[in-house]
Amino acid sequence: MFLSGSLVSWAKNFYMSFYNALVPNRRYLSYLNGLKITLLISFFAVIIGTLIGVLVAVLKVAAVNYKMRWLTHICNIYVNVIRGTPLMVQLLIIYNLIFTSRNTNEIVVGAVSFGINSGAYVAEIIRAGIESIDKGQMEAGRSLGLSYIQTMRKIILPQAVKNILPALGNEFITLIKETSVASVIAVTELTKAAQYIGSRTWDILPPLVIAALCYLAVVMGLSKLLSVFERRLAKGDRN
Amino acid sequence: MIETKNLKKVFGDNYVLNGINETINKGEKVVIIGPSGSGKSTFLRCLNLLEEPTEGEIWFEGKKINDKKADINKIRQKMGMVFQQFNLFPHLTVLDNITLAPTRLGLMTKDEARDKAMELLKRIGLSEKALSYPNHLSGGQKQRIAIIRALAMNPDVMLFDEPTSALDPEMVGEVLDLMEALAREGMTMVVVTHEMRFAKRVATRVMFMDEGRIVEQNTPEELFENPQHPRLREFLSKIL
Repeated sequence: MFLSGSLVSWAKNFYMSFYNALVPNRRYLSYLNGLKITLLISFFAVIIGTLIGVLVAVLKVAAVNYKMRWLTHICNIYVNVIRGTPLMVQLLIIYNLIFTSRNTNEIVVGAVSFGINSGAYVAEIIRAGIESIDKGQMEAGRSLGLSYIQTMRKIILPQAVKNILPALGNEFITLIKETSVASVIAVTELTKAAQYIGSRTWDILPPLVIAALCYLAVVMGLSKLLSVFERRLAKGDRN
Repeated sequence: MIETKNLKKVFGDNYVLNGINETINKGEKVVIIGPSGSGKSTFLRCLNLLEEPTEGEIWFEGKKINDKKADINKIRQKMGMVFQQFNLFPHLTVLDNITLAPTRLGLMTKDEARDKAMELLKRIGLSEKALSYPNHLSGGQKQRIAIIRALAMNPDVMLFDEPTSALDPEMVGEVLDLMEALAREGMTMVVVTHEMRFAKRVATRVMFMDEGRIVEQNTPEELFENPQHPRLREFLSKIL
Protein backbone atom coordinates (compact mmCIF):
# COMPACT_ATOMS: atom_id res chain seq x y z
CA MET A 1 0.00 0.00 0.00
CA PHE A 2 2.69 2.43 1.09
CA LEU A 3 4.83 1.53 -1.88
CA SER A 4 2.13 1.98 -4.48
CA GLY A 5 1.07 5.25 -2.86
CA SER A 6 4.56 6.70 -3.16
CA LEU A 7 4.80 5.51 -6.75
CA VAL A 8 1.58 7.25 -7.60
CA SER A 9 2.71 10.49 -6.01
CA TRP A 10 6.09 10.25 -7.73
CA ALA A 11 4.39 9.79 -11.06
CA LYS A 12 2.14 12.72 -10.32
CA ASN A 13 5.13 14.93 -9.44
CA PHE A 14 6.94 13.78 -12.54
CA TYR A 15 3.94 14.64 -14.68
CA MET A 16 3.44 17.99 -12.98
CA SER A 17 7.04 19.10 -13.38
CA PHE A 18 6.94 18.42 -17.12
CA TYR A 19 3.49 19.99 -17.31
CA ASN A 20 4.86 23.11 -15.62
CA ALA A 21 7.82 23.18 -17.91
CA LEU A 22 5.63 23.00 -20.99
CA VAL A 23 2.12 24.32 -20.65
CA PRO A 24 1.59 27.34 -18.32
CA ASN A 25 2.10 30.70 -20.04
CA ARG A 26 2.36 28.80 -23.30
CA ARG A 27 5.91 27.83 -22.49
CA TYR A 28 5.98 25.31 -25.35
CA LEU A 29 6.15 28.33 -27.64
CA SER A 30 9.49 29.28 -26.07
CA TYR A 31 10.95 25.88 -26.98
CA LEU A 32 9.60 26.17 -30.49
CA ASN A 33 11.07 29.65 -30.84
CA GLY A 34 14.39 28.44 -29.45
CA LEU A 35 14.32 25.48 -31.81
CA LYS A 36 13.58 27.80 -34.71
CA ILE A 37 16.61 29.95 -33.87
CA THR A 38 18.79 26.87 -33.40
CA LEU A 39 17.72 25.60 -36.81
CA LEU A 40 18.20 29.00 -38.44
CA ILE A 41 21.73 29.37 -37.07
CA SER A 42 22.56 25.77 -38.00
CA PHE A 43 21.13 26.08 -41.49
CA PHE A 44 23.04 29.22 -42.41
CA ALA A 45 26.17 28.00 -40.63
CA VAL A 46 26.08 24.79 -42.70
CA ILE A 47 25.77 26.83 -45.90
CA ILE A 48 28.57 29.23 -44.93
CA GLY A 49 30.70 26.35 -43.66
CA THR A 50 30.22 24.35 -46.84
CA LEU A 51 31.04 27.30 -49.08
CA ILE A 52 34.19 28.11 -47.11
CA GLY A 53 35.08 24.43 -46.87
CA VAL A 54 34.80 23.75 -50.61
CA LEU A 55 36.69 26.94 -51.43
CA VAL A 56 39.54 26.27 -49.01
CA ALA A 57 39.79 22.60 -49.98
CA VAL A 58 39.93 23.33 -53.72
CA LEU A 59 42.41 26.17 -53.16
CA LYS A 60 44.62 23.90 -51.07
CA VAL A 61 44.63 21.14 -53.69
CA ALA A 62 45.10 23.60 -56.56
CA ALA A 63 47.90 25.37 -54.68
CA VAL A 64 49.83 22.11 -54.57
CA ASN A 65 49.21 21.43 -58.28
CA TYR A 66 50.16 24.91 -59.39
CA LYS A 67 52.99 25.24 -56.84
CA MET A 68 51.65 28.35 -55.07
CA ARG A 69 53.22 28.00 -51.63
CA TRP A 70 51.75 31.26 -50.28
CA LEU A 71 48.21 30.05 -50.93
CA THR A 72 48.88 26.82 -49.07
CA HIS A 73 50.17 28.87 -46.12
CA ILE A 74 47.10 31.11 -45.98
CA CYS A 75 44.77 28.13 -46.03
CA ASN A 76 46.81 26.33 -43.38
CA ILE A 77 46.75 29.36 -41.07
CA TYR A 78 42.96 29.50 -41.29
CA VAL A 79 42.54 25.79 -40.61
CA ASN A 80 45.08 25.73 -37.79
CA VAL A 81 43.76 28.81 -35.98
CA ILE A 82 40.16 27.62 -36.14
CA ARG A 83 40.93 24.05 -35.15
CA GLY A 84 43.38 25.14 -32.49
CA THR A 85 41.11 27.42 -30.47
CA PRO A 86 37.88 26.68 -28.58
CA LEU A 87 34.63 27.39 -30.36
CA MET A 88 33.25 29.39 -27.44
CA VAL A 89 36.28 31.67 -27.41
CA GLN A 90 35.96 32.21 -31.19
CA LEU A 91 32.30 33.04 -30.75
CA LEU A 92 33.00 35.56 -27.97
CA ILE A 93 35.83 37.17 -29.94
CA ILE A 94 33.73 37.56 -33.07
CA TYR A 95 30.79 38.84 -31.04
CA ASN A 96 32.81 41.41 -29.06
CA LEU A 97 35.39 42.41 -31.61
CA ILE A 98 33.87 42.29 -35.03
CA PHE A 99 30.19 42.89 -34.46
CA THR A 100 30.48 45.77 -32.01
CA SER A 101 27.67 47.95 -33.30
CA ARG A 102 24.71 48.16 -30.95
CA ASN A 103 22.03 46.73 -33.21
CA THR A 104 23.94 43.54 -33.86
CA ASN A 105 21.78 40.64 -34.81
CA GLU A 106 22.93 37.76 -32.61
CA ILE A 107 21.56 35.20 -35.01
CA VAL A 108 23.74 36.57 -37.80
CA VAL A 109 26.75 36.62 -35.48
CA GLY A 110 26.01 33.04 -34.54
CA ALA A 111 25.57 31.82 -38.11
CA VAL A 112 28.74 33.58 -39.28
CA SER A 113 30.82 32.37 -36.32
CA PHE A 114 29.66 28.77 -36.55
CA GLY A 115 30.04 28.88 -40.33
CA ILE A 116 33.64 30.09 -40.12
CA ASN A 117 34.34 27.45 -37.50
CA SER A 118 32.72 24.63 -39.42
CA GLY A 119 34.44 25.69 -42.65
CA ALA A 120 37.83 24.62 -41.31
CA TYR A 121 36.62 21.11 -40.52
CA VAL A 122 34.62 20.81 -43.73
CA ALA A 123 37.68 21.94 -45.71
CA GLU A 124 39.78 19.13 -44.32
CA ILE A 125 37.03 16.58 -44.94
CA ILE A 126 36.57 17.71 -48.54
CA ARG A 127 40.31 17.86 -49.18
CA ALA A 128 40.59 14.26 -48.05
CA GLY A 129 37.69 13.44 -50.37
CA ILE A 130 39.31 15.13 -53.37
CA GLU A 131 42.58 13.34 -52.70
CA SER A 132 40.77 10.00 -52.51
CA ILE A 133 39.79 10.32 -56.19
CA ASP A 134 42.16 8.63 -58.63
CA LYS A 135 44.26 11.24 -60.41
CA GLY A 136 43.40 9.62 -63.73
CA GLN A 137 39.97 11.24 -63.35
CA MET A 138 41.49 14.73 -63.43
CA GLU A 139 43.71 13.72 -66.35
CA ALA A 140 40.76 12.30 -68.29
CA GLY A 141 38.76 15.48 -67.75
CA ARG A 142 41.65 17.73 -68.74
CA SER A 143 42.50 15.60 -71.78
CA LEU A 144 38.98 16.22 -73.08
CA GLY A 145 39.64 19.95 -72.98
CA LEU A 146 37.76 20.73 -69.77
CA SER A 147 39.40 23.34 -67.57
CA TYR A 148 40.70 22.60 -64.08
CA ILE A 149 37.63 24.18 -62.50
CA GLN A 150 35.16 22.44 -64.85
CA THR A 151 36.79 19.08 -64.13
CA MET A 152 36.78 19.78 -60.40
CA ARG A 153 33.10 20.72 -60.43
CA LYS A 154 31.69 18.10 -62.76
CA ILE A 155 33.98 15.13 -62.18
CA ILE A 156 36.07 15.30 -59.02
CA LEU A 157 33.78 16.97 -56.45
CA PRO A 158 30.67 14.85 -57.15
CA GLN A 159 32.72 11.70 -56.57
CA ALA A 160 34.50 13.19 -53.57
CA VAL A 161 31.25 14.22 -51.91
CA LYS A 162 29.94 10.69 -52.25
CA ASN A 163 32.98 9.31 -50.46
CA ILE A 164 32.88 11.82 -47.62
CA LEU A 165 29.14 12.05 -47.05
CA PRO A 166 29.27 10.14 -43.74
CA ALA A 167 32.06 12.38 -42.41
CA LEU A 168 30.28 15.47 -43.67
CA GLY A 169 27.05 14.35 -41.99
CA ASN A 170 28.93 13.90 -38.74
CA GLU A 171 30.27 17.44 -39.00
CA PHE A 172 26.79 18.87 -39.57
CA ILE A 173 25.38 16.92 -36.64
CA THR A 174 28.18 18.23 -34.42
CA LEU A 175 27.47 21.73 -35.68
CA ILE A 176 23.77 21.58 -34.78
CA LYS A 177 24.60 20.51 -31.25
CA GLU A 178 27.38 23.06 -30.84
CA THR A 179 25.00 25.92 -31.58
CA SER A 180 23.95 25.51 -27.95
CA VAL A 181 27.14 27.43 -27.17
CA ALA A 182 25.45 30.48 -28.73
CA SER A 183 23.62 30.94 -25.42
CA VAL A 184 26.77 32.73 -24.17
CA ILE A 185 26.14 35.62 -26.55
CA ALA A 186 22.57 35.95 -25.35
CA VAL A 187 20.94 34.21 -28.29
CA THR A 188 17.70 32.63 -27.13
CA GLU A 189 18.23 29.39 -28.96
CA LEU A 190 16.92 26.09 -27.68
CA THR A 191 19.31 25.62 -24.74
CA LYS A 192 18.93 29.20 -23.55
CA ALA A 193 15.15 28.95 -23.82
CA ALA A 194 15.21 25.85 -21.65
CA GLN A 195 17.36 27.61 -19.07
CA TYR A 196 14.95 30.57 -18.95
CA ILE A 197 12.02 28.32 -18.30
CA GLY A 198 13.96 26.43 -15.64
CA SER A 199 14.66 29.69 -13.83
CA ARG A 200 10.93 30.49 -13.85
CA THR A 201 9.67 27.14 -12.62
CA TRP A 202 12.52 26.55 -10.17
CA ASP A 203 12.93 23.14 -11.73
CA ILE A 204 15.72 23.03 -14.32
CA LEU A 205 15.75 19.35 -15.15
CA PRO A 206 12.51 18.94 -17.13
CA PRO A 207 13.21 21.85 -19.53
CA LEU A 208 16.70 20.50 -20.20
CA VAL A 209 15.31 17.03 -20.91
CA ILE A 210 12.78 18.57 -23.29
CA ALA A 211 15.55 20.51 -25.05
CA ALA A 212 17.64 17.35 -25.30
CA LEU A 213 14.73 15.50 -26.92
CA CYS A 214 14.36 18.30 -29.44
CA TYR A 215 18.05 18.08 -30.41
CA LEU A 216 17.74 14.31 -30.65
CA ALA A 217 14.74 14.57 -32.97
CA VAL A 218 16.48 17.05 -35.28
CA VAL A 219 19.67 15.00 -35.44
CA MET A 220 17.77 11.79 -36.15
CA GLY A 221 15.87 13.54 -38.92
CA LEU A 222 19.13 14.74 -40.43
CA SER A 223 20.67 11.26 -40.19
CA LYS A 224 17.71 9.85 -42.05
CA LEU A 225 18.04 12.49 -44.76
CA LEU A 226 21.75 11.74 -45.14
CA SER A 227 21.21 8.02 -45.52
CA VAL A 228 18.65 8.70 -48.26
CA PHE A 229 21.27 10.86 -49.99
CA GLU A 230 23.93 8.20 -49.63
CA ARG A 231 21.71 5.63 -51.24
CA ARG A 232 20.91 7.94 -54.14
CA LEU A 233 24.56 8.74 -54.75
CA ALA A 234 25.48 5.05 -54.71
CA LYS A 235 23.72 4.38 -58.01
CA GLY A 236 26.94 4.14 -60.05
CA ASP A 237 28.50 1.62 -57.70
CA ARG A 238 29.30 -1.93 -58.54
CA ASN A 239 26.06 -3.85 -58.00
CA MET B 1 51.01 18.21 -87.34
CA ILE B 2 52.92 17.52 -84.11
CA GLU B 3 56.51 18.52 -83.74
CA THR B 4 58.81 18.33 -80.73
CA LYS B 5 62.09 20.17 -80.51
CA ASN B 6 64.75 19.10 -78.04
CA LEU B 7 62.05 17.80 -75.69
CA LYS B 8 63.41 17.03 -72.23
CA LYS B 9 61.71 15.87 -69.06
CA VAL B 10 63.56 15.54 -65.79
CA PHE B 11 62.18 13.98 -62.60
CA GLY B 12 64.62 14.87 -59.83
CA ASP B 13 67.96 14.13 -61.46
CA ASN B 14 66.53 11.43 -63.70
CA TYR B 15 66.35 12.30 -67.40
CA VAL B 16 63.16 10.55 -68.53
CA LEU B 17 63.20 12.30 -71.90
CA ASN B 18 66.58 13.22 -73.23
CA GLY B 19 66.09 15.67 -76.05
CA ILE B 20 63.55 14.37 -78.55
CA ASN B 21 63.24 15.96 -81.99
CA GLU B 22 60.38 14.39 -83.85
CA THR B 23 57.67 15.21 -86.35
CA ILE B 24 54.38 13.37 -86.67
CA ASN B 25 52.44 14.12 -89.84
CA LYS B 26 48.74 14.08 -90.53
CA GLY B 27 47.43 10.58 -91.23
CA GLU B 28 50.40 8.79 -89.74
CA LYS B 29 49.93 5.90 -87.34
CA VAL B 30 52.96 5.97 -85.11
CA VAL B 31 53.50 3.12 -82.68
CA ILE B 32 56.00 3.62 -79.88
CA ILE B 33 57.58 0.56 -78.30
CA GLY B 34 60.33 0.11 -75.76
CA PRO B 35 61.16 -1.36 -72.36
CA SER B 36 59.36 -0.01 -69.31
CA GLY B 37 60.97 3.15 -67.99
CA SER B 38 62.18 4.08 -71.47
CA GLY B 39 60.08 7.27 -71.44
CA LYS B 40 57.49 6.29 -74.05
CA SER B 41 54.46 7.09 -71.89
CA THR B 42 56.05 10.32 -70.70
CA PHE B 43 56.70 11.32 -74.31
CA LEU B 44 53.07 10.65 -75.23
CA ARG B 45 51.78 12.55 -72.18
CA CYS B 46 53.98 15.51 -73.04
CA LEU B 47 52.27 15.82 -76.42
CA ASN B 48 49.05 17.09 -74.78
CA LEU B 49 50.86 18.58 -71.79
CA LEU B 50 49.52 16.18 -69.19
CA GLU B 51 53.22 16.14 -68.43
CA GLU B 52 54.91 19.53 -68.44
CA PRO B 53 58.24 19.31 -70.30
CA THR B 54 61.29 20.55 -68.45
CA GLU B 55 62.85 21.90 -71.63
CA GLY B 56 62.16 22.12 -75.34
CA GLU B 57 59.17 22.94 -77.51
CA ILE B 58 56.04 21.16 -78.62
CA TRP B 59 54.18 22.39 -81.69
CA PHE B 60 50.71 21.32 -82.71
CA GLU B 61 48.99 22.51 -85.90
CA GLY B 62 51.36 25.43 -86.22
CA LYS B 63 51.17 26.61 -82.61
CA LYS B 64 53.66 26.25 -79.83
CA ILE B 65 51.58 24.66 -77.09
CA ASN B 66 53.95 24.74 -74.12
CA ASP B 67 53.71 28.48 -74.12
CA LYS B 68 52.17 30.64 -71.41
CA LYS B 69 49.92 32.30 -74.00
CA ALA B 70 48.64 29.06 -75.54
CA ASP B 71 45.11 28.02 -74.55
CA ILE B 72 45.84 24.43 -73.61
CA ASN B 73 42.16 23.56 -73.07
CA LYS B 74 41.36 24.57 -76.65
CA ILE B 75 44.31 22.58 -77.96
CA ARG B 76 43.42 19.45 -76.00
CA GLN B 77 39.96 19.44 -77.60
CA LYS B 78 41.72 18.46 -80.82
CA MET B 79 43.88 15.77 -79.20
CA GLY B 80 41.95 12.76 -77.96
CA MET B 81 43.59 10.62 -75.30
CA VAL B 82 42.95 7.05 -74.21
CA PHE B 83 44.42 5.78 -70.96
CA GLN B 84 45.59 2.42 -69.71
CA GLN B 85 43.09 2.57 -66.83
CA PHE B 86 40.21 3.79 -69.07
CA ASN B 87 39.40 6.63 -66.63
CA LEU B 88 35.70 6.66 -67.37
CA PHE B 89 33.74 8.82 -64.91
CA PRO B 90 32.09 6.28 -62.60
CA HIS B 91 29.40 8.65 -61.30
CA LEU B 92 28.03 9.32 -64.79
CA THR B 93 26.16 7.07 -67.21
CA VAL B 94 27.93 5.96 -70.37
CA LEU B 95 25.94 8.53 -72.33
CA ASP B 96 26.84 11.35 -69.94
CA ASN B 97 30.49 10.28 -70.03
CA ILE B 98 30.46 10.86 -73.77
CA THR B 99 28.37 14.03 -73.91
CA LEU B 100 29.82 15.85 -70.89
CA ALA B 101 32.77 17.54 -72.59
CA PRO B 102 31.14 18.47 -75.93
CA THR B 103 28.16 20.10 -74.19
CA ARG B 104 30.13 21.71 -71.34
CA LEU B 105 32.53 23.24 -73.81
CA GLY B 106 29.68 24.55 -75.95
CA LEU B 107 30.74 22.58 -79.03
CA MET B 108 27.37 20.87 -79.39
CA THR B 109 23.87 21.26 -78.05
CA LYS B 110 22.56 18.58 -75.74
CA ASP B 111 20.62 16.96 -78.57
CA GLU B 112 23.50 17.04 -81.02
CA ALA B 113 25.87 15.53 -78.47
CA ARG B 114 23.31 12.85 -77.65
CA ASP B 115 22.81 11.93 -81.29
CA LYS B 116 26.53 11.81 -81.87
CA ALA B 117 27.05 9.66 -78.77
CA MET B 118 24.31 7.23 -79.76
CA GLU B 119 25.72 6.97 -83.27
CA LEU B 120 29.17 6.16 -81.84
CA LEU B 121 27.72 3.67 -79.36
CA LYS B 122 25.83 1.99 -82.17
CA ARG B 123 29.02 1.71 -84.13
CA ILE B 124 30.71 -0.26 -81.33
CA GLY B 125 27.55 -2.25 -80.68
CA LEU B 126 26.91 -0.90 -77.18
CA SER B 127 23.78 1.18 -77.76
CA GLU B 128 21.90 -0.68 -75.07
CA LYS B 129 24.56 0.32 -72.51
CA ALA B 130 23.93 4.07 -72.94
CA LEU B 131 22.24 4.41 -69.57
CA SER B 132 24.47 1.95 -67.69
CA TYR B 133 27.18 3.04 -65.31
CA PRO B 134 30.80 2.24 -66.16
CA ASN B 135 31.27 -0.11 -63.22
CA HIS B 136 28.71 -2.45 -64.72
CA LEU B 137 30.76 -2.94 -67.89
CA SER B 138 33.63 -5.26 -68.80
CA GLY B 139 37.13 -3.89 -69.27
CA GLY B 140 36.92 -4.17 -73.04
CA GLN B 141 33.60 -2.34 -73.12
CA LYS B 142 34.99 0.39 -70.86
CA GLN B 143 38.00 0.96 -73.05
CA ARG B 144 35.95 1.07 -76.25
CA ILE B 145 33.66 3.63 -74.62
CA ALA B 146 36.70 5.62 -73.50
CA ILE B 147 37.81 5.65 -77.13
CA ILE B 148 34.50 6.92 -78.47
CA ARG B 149 34.32 9.45 -75.65
CA ALA B 150 37.50 10.93 -77.07
CA LEU B 151 36.14 10.60 -80.63
CA ALA B 152 33.00 12.53 -79.73
CA MET B 153 35.18 15.64 -79.56
CA ASN B 154 36.11 15.21 -83.26
CA PRO B 155 39.84 15.25 -82.51
CA ASP B 156 42.53 15.65 -85.17
CA VAL B 157 44.84 13.16 -83.48
CA MET B 158 44.34 10.32 -81.01
CA LEU B 159 46.92 9.45 -78.37
CA PHE B 160 46.79 5.94 -76.87
CA ASP B 161 48.71 5.22 -73.68
CA GLU B 162 48.99 1.42 -73.43
CA PRO B 163 45.28 1.00 -74.14
CA THR B 164 45.22 -2.78 -73.78
CA SER B 165 47.66 -3.31 -70.92
CA ALA B 166 45.00 -3.40 -68.18
CA LEU B 167 42.69 -5.74 -70.08
CA ASP B 168 42.08 -9.44 -69.70
CA PRO B 169 43.60 -11.22 -72.72
CA GLU B 170 40.25 -12.15 -74.26
CA MET B 171 39.22 -8.47 -74.39
CA VAL B 172 42.32 -7.14 -76.07
CA GLY B 173 41.03 -8.06 -79.52
CA GLU B 174 37.86 -5.99 -79.46
CA VAL B 175 39.80 -2.86 -78.47
CA LEU B 176 42.50 -3.39 -81.09
CA ASP B 177 39.84 -4.01 -83.76
CA LEU B 178 38.26 -0.66 -83.00
CA MET B 179 41.63 1.07 -83.11
CA GLU B 180 42.42 -0.61 -86.40
CA ALA B 181 39.12 0.55 -87.85
CA LEU B 182 39.93 4.09 -86.77
CA ALA B 183 43.31 3.85 -88.42
CA ARG B 184 41.73 2.72 -91.70
CA GLU B 185 39.48 5.78 -91.63
CA GLY B 186 42.55 7.96 -91.71
CA MET B 187 42.78 9.08 -88.08
CA THR B 188 46.21 10.29 -87.06
CA MET B 189 47.30 8.09 -84.19
CA VAL B 190 50.16 7.85 -81.73
CA VAL B 191 50.07 4.58 -79.82
CA VAL B 192 52.23 3.39 -76.95
CA THR B 193 51.74 -0.36 -76.75
CA HIS B 194 53.26 -3.77 -76.22
CA GLU B 195 51.05 -5.32 -78.90
CA MET B 196 53.58 -6.06 -81.63
CA ARG B 197 50.98 -7.68 -83.89
CA PHE B 198 49.02 -4.44 -83.83
CA ALA B 199 52.17 -2.48 -84.62
CA LYS B 200 52.89 -4.72 -87.60
CA ARG B 201 49.38 -4.51 -88.99
CA VAL B 202 48.52 -0.87 -88.41
CA ALA B 203 51.62 1.27 -87.93
CA THR B 204 53.02 3.40 -90.70
CA ARG B 205 56.05 3.97 -88.51
CA VAL B 206 57.38 2.27 -85.39
CA MET B 207 59.63 4.05 -82.93
CA PHE B 208 61.81 2.22 -80.46
CA MET B 209 62.60 4.23 -77.32
CA ASP B 210 65.24 3.50 -74.75
CA GLU B 211 66.58 5.65 -71.91
CA GLY B 212 64.66 8.74 -72.96
CA ARG B 213 65.72 8.67 -76.60
CA ILE B 214 64.25 7.42 -79.84
CA VAL B 215 66.94 4.92 -80.63
CA GLU B 216 65.60 3.59 -83.90
CA GLN B 217 62.56 4.05 -86.10
CA ASN B 218 61.37 2.60 -89.34
CA THR B 219 58.44 0.99 -91.11
CA PRO B 220 57.21 -2.00 -89.10
CA GLU B 221 58.49 -4.47 -91.71
CA GLU B 222 62.02 -3.08 -91.60
CA LEU B 223 62.11 -2.47 -87.85
CA PHE B 224 60.95 -5.94 -86.88
CA GLU B 225 62.71 -7.91 -89.67
CA ASN B 226 65.91 -5.96 -89.81
CA PRO B 227 66.67 -4.27 -86.48
CA GLN B 228 69.94 -2.36 -86.40
CA HIS B 229 70.53 -1.13 -82.88
CA PRO B 230 71.76 -3.74 -80.37
CA ARG B 231 69.26 -2.53 -77.73
CA LEU B 232 66.38 -3.03 -80.16
CA ARG B 233 67.60 -6.51 -81.08
CA GLU B 234 67.83 -7.40 -77.42
CA PHE B 235 64.35 -6.01 -76.78
CA LEU B 236 62.79 -7.85 -79.72
CA SER B 237 64.50 -11.13 -78.80
CA LYS B 238 62.93 -10.91 -75.36
CA ILE B 239 59.37 -10.23 -76.45
CA LEU B 240 58.93 -12.08 -79.73
